[in-house]
Amino acid sequence: MSDYLVQFNNISKFFGKVIALKDVTMKLKKGEIMCLLGDNGAGKSTLIKTLAGVHRPDEGEIIVEGKKTIFDSPKDALDMGIATVYQDLALVSLMSVTRNFFMGREPMKGPPFFKTFDIEKANKIAAERMGQIGIDVRDPSQAVGTMSGGERQCLAISRAIYFGAKVLVLDEPTSALGVHQASVVLKYIVKAASQGLAVILITHNVHHAYPVGNSFTVLNRGKSLGTYEKKNISREKLLSMMAGGEELNKLEVELQEMNRPSTN
Amino acid sequence: MSTKSKSIETKSDFNQDERLKKISKLRLLLNRPELGALGGAILVFIFFGIVAGDTGMFSAYGVLNFLDVSANLGIIAIAAAMLMIGGEFDLSIGSMIGFAGICIAIPAIYWGWPLWMSIIFAFSMAVLVGYFNGILVVRTGLPSFIVTLAMLFILRGATLAITRLITGRTQVPGLRVLIEDDPLAWIFATDTFKWVFTWLGSMNLIALRTDGTPLATGIPPSVIWFIVLAIITTWILMKTRYGNWIFASGGDKNGANNVGVPVGRVKISLFIGTAVAATIFATIQVLDAGSADTMRGTLKELEAIAAAVVGGCLLTGGYGSAIGAAFGALIFGTVSMGIFYTDVDTDWFKVFLGAMMLIAVIFNNYIRRKVTESK
Repeated sequence: MSDYLVQFNNISKFFGKVIALKDVTMKLKKGEIMCLLGDNGAGKSTLIKTLAGVHRPDEGEIIVEGKKTIFDSPKDALDMGIATVYQDLALVSLMSVTRNFFMGREPMKGPPFFKTFDIEKANKIAAERMGQIGIDVRDPSQAVGTMSGGERQCLAISRAIYFGAKVLVLDEPTSALGVHQASVVLKYIVKAASQGLAVILITHNVHHAYPVGNSFTVLNRGKSLGTYEKKNISREKLLSMMAGGEELNKLEVELQEMNRPSTN
Repeated sequence: MSTKSKSIETKSDFNQDERLKKISKLRLLLNRPELGALGGAILVFIFFGIVAGDTGMFSAYGVLNFLDVSANLGIIAIAAAMLMIGGEFDLSIGSMIGFAGICIAIPAIYWGWPLWMSIIFAFSMAVLVGYFNGILVVRTGLPSFIVTLAMLFILRGATLAITRLITGRTQVPGLRVLIEDDPLAWIFATDTFKWVFTWLGSMNLIALRTDGTPLATGIPPSVIWFIVLAIITTWILMKTRYGNWIFASGGDKNGANNVGVPVGRVKISLFIGTAVAATIFATIQVLDAGSADTMRGTLKELEAIAAAVVGGCLLTGGYGSAIGAAFGALIFGTVSMGIFYTDVDTDWFKVFLGAMMLIAVIFNNYIRRKVTESK
């Protein structure tokens, strides 16, 4: 019996001749935040979909709470407590906060065959949950379209937690947000982890990942470049490990050379 | 530990924003999709109250007349609205009306089926057509506009071809005699609350025929169907899980799918809904006229969609209301009948219909921007 909540061992995924993922290993304990870093095309999306049960890995094993499992569908993953919050958040902007919060999993009341959607209860829970993360929903029947990007992200995460997520997979939760909003979302992620959830944070932004992560896995061209505890790696090292890091260094040199004539 | 939890306390991070205004109750009401149609209906009644108040338009007979027209349109408009909220169109409603009509008439007249069996047959065919529309749209991912446009031609053509093949004509009369004593037909063919009208007549409160019976004999079946459908569909949208799924499927089908809403099933059921509503429309009209006509229901699909749009439905789905579509139908029905009581040439009705729809679309678009983009 391991003390890991979830383990992904040597996961590989091929699409025809293309090796999308090769031998990627990730292990998470309760309360841990693992940041998955990688540039565009590193295989992040494929890995997310494999974690979420959309793709079945061609090699490797998934172990949840000590038991080896296979996800046949996203629902399987969800039933095992692995909830994925995609970039599109699965929120409908024309619908109210409450209706979004309980979309597909509405609380019901009333006798059999005449069951109705218990709006009052749903409103109460939604407002309560949003209140806990510091979002004062003046009216839970207001449309999600009126909320800010950060609020929407928090709503989507809060919904996943409410419906029993043990492992949260977050796909670029801060990429579309401004500095203030991003920091609020990151704070909320840390708070969620402190309550015992394991979080896999997928991002290409080291500056967002480094402050909140406990460990870091760097993905490059479908392969893992290793997993590092925070104490063993610096922000700069992480940056340069991502393909983007090297590129940026090169870019810096090139730019300096371009600037030289004018400074002379 | 306590210091740590304090440092990650996110409370009030968002409501520091001083730019947020309080939203008044009136503004919330303005955000309801059916508001425009309700306002429009009130305006229409005020207009005809002034212009045609002293004509027969608002006598019992006149009122039932425009209610009947509104109700017939309303039955299909409500179903079209539900489907539009679910993010799809059905252009085959009008053809389905014609098809359902002959599905009742041919078995009843030419094959000797009892009328109730023909009616059940027509509804079964409607479920099949709706299911076929739905599965085609869901499986292929093609726009429902194209798929149901194809069905518009297929159904109308088949209706004509089959009718002419079997009967040699394009109309099938002779149904009226079959209505009496039929165990099912009365649901679609009986005027209700006759005693009220008899009583009103006896009190000389409403106009009478020369033989002393009231001119308006009872509430037509279409009106009852219309009211019942409006109540049920509004209840479904606002109060049930299925209602939430309809909004979700139309608002963002991928998002809805990701959180476990059976989007495909919801859409197919809504296509069945429009086909069944077309058949209710057809049954009422066929039994009222006593004959089925292959061209019945032509262009009705567009009127139904127009009423749904006036009622607040967005063409992109995810927003709208059934009661709004009901008001939309009431506006069209009232104007189409009311125009006879004014000096205005009835040719102008279509102009009004188009202008009304245009105003509604612009208004709806504005509301949608308000709802989705006020970040």
